[in-house]
Amino acid sequence: MATTNAGAPSAQGETATAASPKPVTNDFSIQIATVNGSGSQSANSVLLRSIFAMGVPVSGKNLFPSNIAGLPTWFTIRASKYGYVARRKEIDILIAMNAETAREDILSLRPGAAAIYEETANLKQYRDDVTCYPVPFDKLTAAVCPEAKLRKLVKNMIYVGVAAQLLSIDMKAVEGALRMQFAKKQKAADLNWAAVEAGFNYAAQSLTKQDPFVLERMHATEGKIIIDGNAACALGAMFAGVTVVTWYPITPSSSVVEQLIDYLKKYRVEKDGKASFAVVQAEDELAAIGMVLGAGWAGARAMTSTSGPGISLMAEFTGLGYFAELPGVIFDIQRVGPSTGLPTRTAQADLLSIAFLSHGDTKHVMLLPGSVKECFEFAGAAFDLAEHLQTPIFVLSDLDLGMNNWMSDPFEYPDKPLNRGKILSAEQIEEMKKSGGWGRYQDRDGDAIPYRTLPGTDHPQAAYFTRGSGHNEKALYSERPEDYQNLMERLARKFETARTLVPAPVVVQTGQSKVGIIAFGTSDFAVTESRDQLKKEYGVEADYLRLRAWPFSREVRDFVASHERIYVVEQNRDAQMLSLLKLDLPAGETPKLRSVRHFNGLPIDARSVTDEIVLQEGI
Amino acid sequence: MAATVTNPGPKVNRIGLPVLEYRGSKTTLCAGCGHNAISERIIDAMYEMGVQPERVMKLSGIGCSSKSPAYFMSRSHSFNSVHGRMPSVATGALLANKTMLGIGVSGDGDSASIGIGQFVHLMRRNLPMIYIIEDNGVYGLTKGQFSATADIGSKLKTGVVNDLPAIDTCSLAIQLGATFVGRSFSGDKRQLLTMLKAAIAHKGTVMLDVISPCVTFNDHEGSTRSYKYMQDHEEPVSEVGFVPVFEEIDVEYDAGTTFDVTMHDGSLLRLRKLHEDYNPTDRALAVKTLMESHEKGEVLTGVFYIDTQKAAFTDLLNLVDEPLATLPQERTRPSKQVLEEVMARLK
Ligand SMILES: Cc1ncc(C[n+]2csc(CCOP(=O)(O)OP(=O)(O)O)c2C)c(N)n1
Ligand code: SF4
Ligand SMILES: [Mg+2]
Repeated sequence: MATTNAGAPSAQGETATAASPKPVTNDFSIQIATVNGSGSQSANSVLLRSIFAMGVPVSGKNLFPSNIAGLPTWFTIRASKYGYVARRKEIDILIAMNAETAREDILSLRPGAAAIYEETANLKQYRDDVTCYPVPFDKLTAAVCPEAKLRKLVKNMIYVGVAAQLLSIDMKAVEGALRMQFAKKQKAADLNWAAVEAGFNYAAQSLTKQDPFVLERMHATEGKIIIDGNAACALGAMFAGVTVVTWYPITPSSSVVEQLIDYLKKYRVEKDGKASFAVVQAEDELAAIGMVLGAGWAGARAMTSTSGPGISLMAEFTGLGYFAELPGVIFDIQRVGPSTGLPTRTAQADLLSIAFLSHGDTKHVMLLPGSVKECFEFAGAAFDLAEHLQTPIFVLSDLDLGMNNWMSDPFEYPDKPLNRGKILSAEQIEEMKKSGGWGRYQDRDGDAIPYRTLPGTDHPQAAYFTRGSGHNEKALYSERPEDYQNLMERLARKFETARTLVPAPVVVQTGQSKVGIIAFGTSDFAVTESRDQLKKEYGVEADYLRLRAWPFSREVRDFVASHERIYVVEQNRDAQMLSLLKLDLPAGETPKLRSVRHFNGLPIDARSVTDEIVLQEGI
Repeated sequence: MAATVTNPGPKVNRIGLPVLEYRGSKTTLCAGCGHNAISERIIDAMYEMGVQPERVMKLSGIGCSSKSPAYFMSRSHSFNSVHGRMPSVATGALLANKTMLGIGVSGDGDSASIGIGQFVHLMRRNLPMIYIIEDNGVYGLTKGQFSATADIGSKLKTGVVNDLPAIDTCSLAIQLGATFVGRSFSGDKRQLLTMLKAAIAHKGTVMLDVISPCVTFNDHEGSTRSYKYMQDHEEPVSEVGFVPVFEEIDVEYDAGTTFDVTMHDGSLLRLRKLHEDYNPTDRALAVKTLMESHEKGEVLTGVFYIDTQKAAFTDLLNLVDEPLATLPQERTRPSKQVLEEVMARLK
């Protein structure tokens, strides 16, 4: 693939030569280079799921262009007996299906890798240190698929068969995965299966295995599920009882709502055919967030999902939500900015713009899921927090987590009832009359969270006036200096309450190490692997704190205090998380913070993290 | 807690409330501002129709006009949002609780400029609510700049003349799908009150553009939104009569001169033709009539278009009968079995 370094040194040091292939079992990556719109997704998904069915931990990443059809796209599958799921820079097996990039693709491989390609492309001319498997794809396809217009699609299944044979993938696993993929389409399943078999038979008869990469059955995937982060967010929202959903399509966030619609139609239509939810495709993101805040104000559990450009448009409304104390949940599936940026590439670069979104003094709670399971759980937590804290809550996922398939333990059914927050009934308002009546923005409980009422509450004193202009505790218009200042101070205290309620960081600490790593979201996959590399290759045992929310819980301070050097790993240029940490830590602690950044649009990989830490450590 | 006041003192409406219970805070708008008169008519209409104030949601954007929900119906929840974006807030609020009566107050700047994107989409959705534009041809709150509804040739106090065409919010609303569209004048008490009462009975988007002179910035010679200009140029297309469902119909119907429309709740909207070819159920004709009268320099008022058949947005979504906002957890969180079923499919 164009973006990897030609001849990059091997990570695991497991180079193989054609002469003496020492088997490399359950630890390699496959890259399938295709053309966008050629229908290779099904084939890639079948390949991924067959490896999964063999019990081998596996992950897949789709690297696609901002285009509907015609431009190059790459899908990588990583099998790892260690359970590593981060992107790996090194490719072991290339399946070159795109004539236009084939030369570049094969040139980017490291010595000892293998390549499967259309035989007429004659890629062998470019590399004699790569094992070459030429395959007559077109001929094989034509033989199994008489209908010419289907051949483009069916051709993809040929490489599944070839790979299955070369890598010793169990054909039963392949068939299972394929039948699942085409669950309702028996004819398509049969046709595609014929193609898989044709590829398999061809490889068995005409190719000689020379590369070292093989799969062997394991039991590491039993009971696990495979799901993408966006579907997980959607499920989390449904099980959180979402009732109003608004959106404006944008990659990579659209599939959150698209999949949510499917789930809601299936599980939230009542016996009489009526829906316990409303989904609106809004005219833009301004409207999407406006609808969320209007619905939240009126008492619904409301959400929208977007990406960077949409976040920018939501700024003014988000300030209103903060200042007038309105619940709402906003999913941001981050992509590369600014502006249109690289719309189909991943980043963690919306932190600062969301943390302080809107003018004036504002700050917003951000939840930072680091797995599909946390997408599910944090989606639920976001609705509880939004209603409890009466403020917009942001859930920051990214393209890597959102649009790729991940292995996970099954999600657990929420064990707590929904927390609908401090909402007064007519009876409670009546009761409060005895103690001076209720005031919308009074802090009665000392947690800086006021009580609210919903429109429709049947009491003459239930109503109040919601506004983005200055107001006092009774929600009356006020420009009095002390009213404004009191309100702003209470909002700041409410943020302190939030600090105690958001998901706490996950800390792995030995108590011995001077070095700590702080990361969050999808950087976790690379950091997990990098810590092993640091230990194995350099004898450095780095402690680890994975942030799961902003504002930071107390543990963050303690973690920094107990280390000499802290590496903050993140996927943006400006060290945005490091900046947030600096704002929070005592001045004396901030010189400890060092930055490891990755911002080329590709998911961060372990080797990059390791190399950078090693460099800065001066090892 | 429907307050059923039974003392013989003040006059009460059909749900037992005196008009006082429909009042708001004291206005802070300029004395003589058309917006104040509109607030008064809203109070009268809600009182006369016997609407329970707790069943009303007031929504607005930003502007002098958008402040006015503070000056009527304090017993109703109110949401003064951001400039031009009240339509989205209203949409969300009504989806959350479709059983409420929504009344939105906007300005000509709020709706025809910064908010026109949201305005057109609200009309298109036929969201069931009353949407009032308090139209003074200027931005009152920012001290008198032209708005996009100002007529060509209209002059500001500073002598600046508008040379861009006016956006006719009524024509737009009709073309986009609003189902009750009319124009009135804050100074025309009877017509405005009658239209507001009919609006309360309608299910779908009611868009009322109410000419509402800004006495401070746009009531001078040369303005086409002044009281004087309106007195000289108002041209009712029909005489609007309304008989609510709870009153007896005592006037005889004459098919040649009147149009009777039965509203969703059984109330009757009776429109006496003042213009030849007037037919409030013909969209194309309505828009044509508006354009022609505008060319003639008239300000046409009355109900221009009404459709009582088209489904409102909340009906299209096929929502459960109860408000989504307060559905119990049993109806919004699927069971454990559902999650297990979903998980099993992903294995
Ligand atoms: C985003 C934004 N831009 C500008 C303003 C300033 N602003 C406040 S009210 C207003 C115009 C209001 O005009 P209109 O809607 O006609 O209301 P009126 O005051 O005339 O009743 C403007 C431009 C604002 N509040 N928000
Ligand atoms: S400035 Fe104009 S619109 Fe604003 S309150 Fe005064 S008269 Fe009314
Ligand atoms: Mg105005």
